[in-house]
Formats: sequence, structure tokens, C-alpha cells
Amino acid sequence: MAVFNLNINKKQYQVDVDPSTPMLWVLRDHLNLVGTKYGCGIAQCGACTIHLNGKAVRSCITFVDSIGDKEITTIEGLSENGEHPVQQAWLGHDVAQCGYCQPGQIMTAAAFLSENPHPSDEEIETAMNGNICRCGTYTRIKAAVKTASNS
Amino acid sequence: MTIVKTTYNRRSFLKSSLAAGGGLMIGFSWIASACSVDTPKGIVIPDEWFEINAYLKIGENGVVTIFSPNPEIGQNVKTSMPMIVAEELDVDWKNVLVEQAALDTSKYTRQLAGGSDSIRTTWSALRMAGASARTMLRGAAAKEWNVPVEEVTTEAGFLKHTPSRKKAGYGEFASAAAEIPVPEKVELKEPNNFTIIGNSKKNVDGLKIVTGKPLFGLDYKVDGMLYAMIIHPPAFGMKLKSYDPNEVKNMPGIKDVFTLKTYNDDYERQWSDAISFNEMVAIVGNSTYEVWNAKLMLNVEWEPFKEQKYMSAGWGGNANEVNVPAGLESTEGHIAKMKAAAAKPGRIERRDGNPEEAFRKAAKVLERTYTAPFLAHNPMEPQNFFADVKEDSAVVVGPTQTPEPMQKSVADRLGLPLDKVKVEMTRMGGGFGRRLYGHFMVEAAVISQKMKAPVKLVYTREDDMTFGIYRPMYHAVYRAAFDKDKKLTAFHVKMGGVPENALHANRFPAGALDNYLAESWAIDSNISVGAMRAPGSNFNAAAEQSFLDEVAEEMGVDPIQFRLDLLKRAQENPVGERNDYDAARYAGVLELVREKSGWDTDSAGKNRGVAAYFCHNSYTAQVVDLVLENGEPKVEKVFNANDCGIVINPDAAINMTEGSVVDGIGTAMFGELTFNQGEPQQNNFDGYRMIRHAEAPKKIETYFVENDIHPTGMGEPPYPPVMAALANALYKATGTRYYHQPFVKNSFGS
Repeated sequence: MAVFNLNINKKQYQVDVDPSTPMLWVLRDHLNLVGTKYGCGIAQCGACTIHLNGKAVRSCITFVDSIGDKEITTIEGLSENGEHPVQQAWLGHDVAQCGYCQPGQIMTAAAFLSENPHPSDEEIETAMNGNICRCGTYTRIKAAVKTASNS
Repeated sequence: MTIVKTTYNRRSFLKSSLAAGGGLMIGFSWIASACSVDTPKGIVIPDEWFEINAYLKIGENGVVTIFSPNPEIGQNVKTSMPMIVAEELDVDWKNVLVEQAALDTSKYTRQLAGGSDSIRTTWSALRMAGASARTMLRGAAAKEWNVPVEEVTTEAGFLKHTPSRKKAGYGEFASAAAEIPVPEKVELKEPNNFTIIGNSKKNVDGLKIVTGKPLFGLDYKVDGMLYAMIIHPPAFGMKLKSYDPNEVKNMPGIKDVFTLKTYNDDYERQWSDAISFNEMVAIVGNSTYEVWNAKLMLNVEWEPFKEQKYMSAGWGGNANEVNVPAGLESTEGHIAKMKAAAAKPGRIERRDGNPEEAFRKAAKVLERTYTAPFLAHNPMEPQNFFADVKEDSAVVVGPTQTPEPMQKSVADRLGLPLDKVKVEMTRMGGGFGRRLYGHFMVEAAVISQKMKAPVKLVYTREDDMTFGIYRPMYHAVYRAAFDKDKKLTAFHVKMGGVPENALHANRFPAGALDNYLAESWAIDSNISVGAMRAPGSNFNAAAEQSFLDEVAEEMGVDPIQFRLDLLKRAQENPVGERNDYDAARYAGVLELVREKSGWDTDSAGKNRGVAAYFCHNSYTAQVVDLVLENGEPKVEKVFNANDCGIVINPDAAINMTEGSVVDGIGTAMFGELTFNQGEPQQNNFDGYRMIRHAEAPKKIETYFVENDIHPTGMGEPPYPPVMAALANALYKATGTRYYHQPFVKNSFGS
């Protein structure tokens, strides 16, 4: 066990955990930030996507001892109450079915659009291809990313 | 207007209390961050609530809370069911809050998510709940205003008496309405007066979903909660032999390691108690990660089991003895056994005319074999459940499609009276049928009972994918007989599977053909199976609708016209006593998709396939357009035509259809679970290929047949036929027929 000071959603947190603990479980079990979802644990589904210094990473394979002073953003910190353009686009297109994968989809899309604000359809497909939606909302996700890119 | 008696489970309309008291009722103790109830902008939470019936309560300010009784699995009933109540209550949707009801069999009927049946089976009760509340509000106003009740009308949350120009919000009369006796008869709106039903409403949990609020079972927590995981046999046909807990018992955060038996040996199982491995090892500790580490370190020995027997009931049936054969099965063995079984006569399920003679006399016989593999459900949220078991009561909370039967299972296993087991449903991260089988609820309860503490049982993805209860493996041989003029004279289907087949002998094209034969067979297996999205139908449609395409081609007729001609026969002069479809509605979706896709005018140069199917009380026809890019198929567009009667929430029904299309294409192209020596060969998304963004259709258009027929469901019906529409379009693009799922393995080599 070791103590880690973490900067998450612009707040300071302290946790005392095994250094090999993935951020996914630090967030969910220790900090009650459960918007970041467990889907596969092996970086195949994208449900656990968070931002590390603004870049999308898989929190299930990002270990707490690798964070240092980097800034973490989770779905809870993307905006105060869903005002982020990507969240608004998701609401506008009423994307979700079960909704479980959507925080991860949104975090991937938000990081992608901050780097590529006006992507082509193919670029959207490539950027989002690591995020599985078992309900099959892909066409709505693509439409929402396009809407967000135009806002 | 329609006047109906309020006969539908009158208990749900009886008042359980006058006022539920100030503030929203929170059913369970969420962690602090979950305790804040997010209210839509503009809604002010009332100081006082007046409970009118089990489905709704009204605040003094006119805000209405509607309780959604059925489990929400992503099919959007948490929005569409309250819409039906709100319609008949005649309230402005902007003033409606929605809460998930807990299991309460005394108030609600069929709190189950399955069979695309939530809306169909609750439509009448939901309408009556809204209409009886509206009647009581009118009665209260008539009494206060001293006017005849017939003269009191309603409009979007207001009561009006036009002659005296009196007007008041529902909130002003909520208290008095709660005192009015439940009416014997209520008025229901005519569908052409609907203002909420038929007008798309956004998902009531939309904001919580996109902001990551705790909604799902895996998110549920209470203070002092422990985490538990299971270790189950790695292969079907194996059981627990021994394990050594000593090494892991002292690992950090580990509380206990013990053997867990889900159901007792003498317990008579219900259909929803399906389970693959009844004896496992449970590990309990302080956090998911610590428990997971111990799980990886634990040394467990397994051994093959001998034939097992237990008593179990089927869906709605009596208990029978179930035999689970011994052995370590492999996919190759399954394929060989299926080939052998298909060569023998099957059990005749339906026989019209003299099919044997028609085949003997045929100028030509077309015979084709179709297969499909085992599939795992793979909901994005792995199985999990919370249980807090005390001496004399228990609370279980989490994602389940079958709270009602599983309450009995949990109560029986814990030795508690049924009414001492409280079951609450969280939003589910998908289910697709997997959460019809709630063994994990019992497991969580047993672990909590032993630990004397609240426990969250968590399956890893690997546990979820390798625990069984799969879609069965299927095999079908279709034959068609033609005379010298290429007229279809007989039709024969012989369908089998491991360990059950998918035959629906009385569905189309039965009823449209003079000579028809349907046979079935099945092969025993110890691999457990259960319902997966449109069970049976999902293979039936894929195979049959591909075969019909080939039959039409053989006859030299258009595949849509071919089906319409058969349906005309079934409508005008049906063959046989029992045909489980409405031929006119079936033809209706085909005609609609023909029109919307421009089938007759816009098909030149396109690789198009068509298919249609009826299952779970709704009809769907689909046209798939695709192109080949570097030899890989890309679906450009899918046209859907559905008939599910009255469409409650159109955009949500469209979303369900789009999801079914994507899921169906993914299943047909990529889905497969294989076995070697009883062991599933895929255990996570690196091995089990799921459809991804770039493989989804570029565009999906969805249309509905407009009618006033009692509404039916959309969770399953568009899923099965799209697989055949895809196969038929692939044939157009490649010149090759696709008989064996997953298509990608047999054809595209990636």
C-alpha cells in the first residue's frame, strides 16, 4: 500500500492503495467516481476511458503509480452539469439505449474533438472504433460527434 | 371516448397511504453522490406528495411522479411506460418526474423485461392508472365547485369547468382526489386524441447517463459494503475438486474464501434459475482489485463430473428431471454430431398435404444447409448484484430482468419468507436475455448471509463470458420442390441444435404452401443455454429468409413479390389450422419497405438484399444495401419497416430498431463462441469479436406502419431478419451465398 495524491477534475484527492491498482478501481471503489465504467479490463472496449492531461486513456490499464502530477478528468468532471458540447450533442440525438458505455464514448469523443475539431466521417469512425456499444448506437454516436464538431 | 371497467388488478389502484410525505422517496441508500436527485430544469420539487395509486403521485404544485414498474434494460420502458400513464392522466410531460418502482407483486403485474412484452402486457394497466387518477381529480373538482362531474374537463394538468369559467391545476385537487373512491369505470382517450403517445420524448435518464451518475448495479454502494468474486470451473463438464485458501486468506484486503453452493440439491428450480456451475469458490474482501488479485492467485483443482440430475421447471411449465450429461465437449464434436443428426429423420412438428410425394415428383429440388454457432450475450455491464442479508430479512439490489421469480429463489435459499426479501432494480447495462437468469442474485445473497455484511458480487468480463447460458448452436436443412414450370410445390425444414433447436413450425411460410413439412431434433449437451434476443427466431429468420431468397431466384421472381404472393395465399386461403402470424400485417411491412427503399425503381446497380420476419408480436421487413471496399463488405444503408401497432415513443422505437440492425449485422458477421474440451475459447473482447463503429451501417432509415392496433414490442423483432437481408445483399455483391455464421470466418478471412 502507498499513499497517492491525485488531481482529479481539478480537485485534490488522497488514496492509500496498492501501487499496481488500475485508476478504474481507484476511481470507482475508493473515490466513488463511478461514471467511469468497467467493461473488459483489458483495454478492448473503452467503457473506462478517462482523460490524462487531456488525452483519452483506458483507466483499466492505467495504474495509479503512473499518474504523478498529471491531471485526470473523468466523466463527472467533463462539465458541471452536462453542458459540454459533446454531452449536449448526446442528449440532442438521444443516443443512449442502456447507457453503460456512453461515458466512455463521450470521453473518447471529447478528447478526439479537442485535437481534431472538424473531422471527416472516416476520422470519426477510426477515432471511435475502440469503444464498443453493445446496444448498437453507433450511427447516433457518429451523428452526435458531428453535431458536437459543428458547435 | 372508450369507457372501460377498472378491472385490471384493482389492488394497484387502492390507496396505500394518503400522502407519501414531503420530498422524493429514495428507495435505497445510495452513496452521497448518488443521493442528489437530479431534477429536470424548471421542475420544482413539491413540499407534499399525494399518492393517487401505485403508478403515480401528485404534488401540491402539480408536479407528477410516475413510477415505472418494469426493469429498464436499455429498451427505454422507463420513458415509454410513464408516457402511457401521463397520456391518460392528461398532464404536461414537462411536469412529470419518473422513478423506477421496486418489485411489488401486490401492486404491479409482470415486472419482467423479456419477450419484447413490457408494453404489450402493461398497456391496459398503465392507461387505466392514468385514466382513473384523472377521473378522481375531476371528481374532486366537481365536488368542490359543486358542478356535475361530466362538465369537468382536463387539459395538460389543469381541471376546467367551462360554464363557470373555473380552472385549477391538478396540484390543488391532488389531496382531495386521493380521498375519492377508485372509480368503477373510466374513460380512455381515442388514439387520435393522443398528445404524448406518438410524440418522441427523450430518455428520462439521459442527463444522468451523459454525466456519469450512479445508475447501474455495478455503481450501487452502501457504507461498509464488501466486494465478492466467484471462481467457477474453467470448462463445462468440470466441477470443483479442492482448493487451498491459505495462501490468499492473508493477502491484503481479503476477508474470507469459501465454497459457495448456489442452489441446494433438493431445491426445485424455476426456469429463471438456470445455472451452469452450481458449486464455486467465493472470495470476499474490501475492494474489487484486492479480491481480483486473490482470485488470480488462488489454486483450485477441478475434476470431470458424472451425469448430474436435478428438478427444474420450464417457462411456465411443471418441474421435470433435467439430466446434465458428463463429458468435455468441443466445437468440432458438435459439428460432427449435428451433421449425423441432420441425416436422420427428425421429430415431425407439422405436416400439411403430402410433402414426401411432392418431393418425389419434383422436377428439381433445392437443398441448403445453414448453421450458426453458440453466442454469448456480452452485456457491457458484467453480471453483478448487491445483497444485504440480515437475520430476518434481506435486501437485494441490482440489474435483473426477472425480479419476481428471483425473489422466490433468493427467499427459498435464505430460508426467509417471500415478503422479507426486498428486490430493487437498477438500470441495466444491457442484458439481451442474460439477466433473465438470476443465479448471481442468489450467490450475492448467500455470500452476504455468510459474511453478515452487505456485499456486492462482481463478475469479471471473463466470468461473464465463460459462465454459460449461451444462445444455442443451430443447424437447419431447407428443401424446396419445384415442378417443370418452376412452380414451388413443397417446402421442408429440418432444424436442430445443441442442446435445443430453433424451429417455429407454425410460422410463415407454413400456411402458404399446400405441401409443408417441419421436423426437429436436438443433441444433449452440458453447455447451458438460455434466451438471447429473439430466441430461436434469431437463427430461424437468418436461415429461412436466406433460403427464400434463393427459392425466388430459382423461380425467376422478385424476392419481395415472391413473399407477397405466398402471403396472399396465406391470407385468402390458408393451409392448416394454426398459422402464428397475420398475413396482412406481414405483407404490410414488405410493401412499406418496398416503397421506402425504392425497391422497384432504385435498385439498379445496388447490392441489395431483402428479408422480413414476424416474432414477439411485431413485424419487420428490411432492405440492406452494401458495397465491397477492398473485398470487405460495407453496409451503406438499411431500410426498416416495422409494424408494432401504436408506436408509443417513435424516436426510441427507431433507436431500438437501429440497435437491432447493428447487433444483427454484428452477430451474422462476427459472433461466435467455440469450445475445446469443454472450455470456452473466447473469454473477453480480444477473442470475441463485437461489431464496432467502422463496421456499422452508414445510414439506417426506419418507418412504421400506422395503425391503432394494441402496441407490441420493438426490443427483438428487427434483430433476426437483418441477418438474412445482409446475407442476401452479400450474395448480390460477391456472387456467393452465405450459409454459415459468422460470415467473416467462412468468407472474408480476417
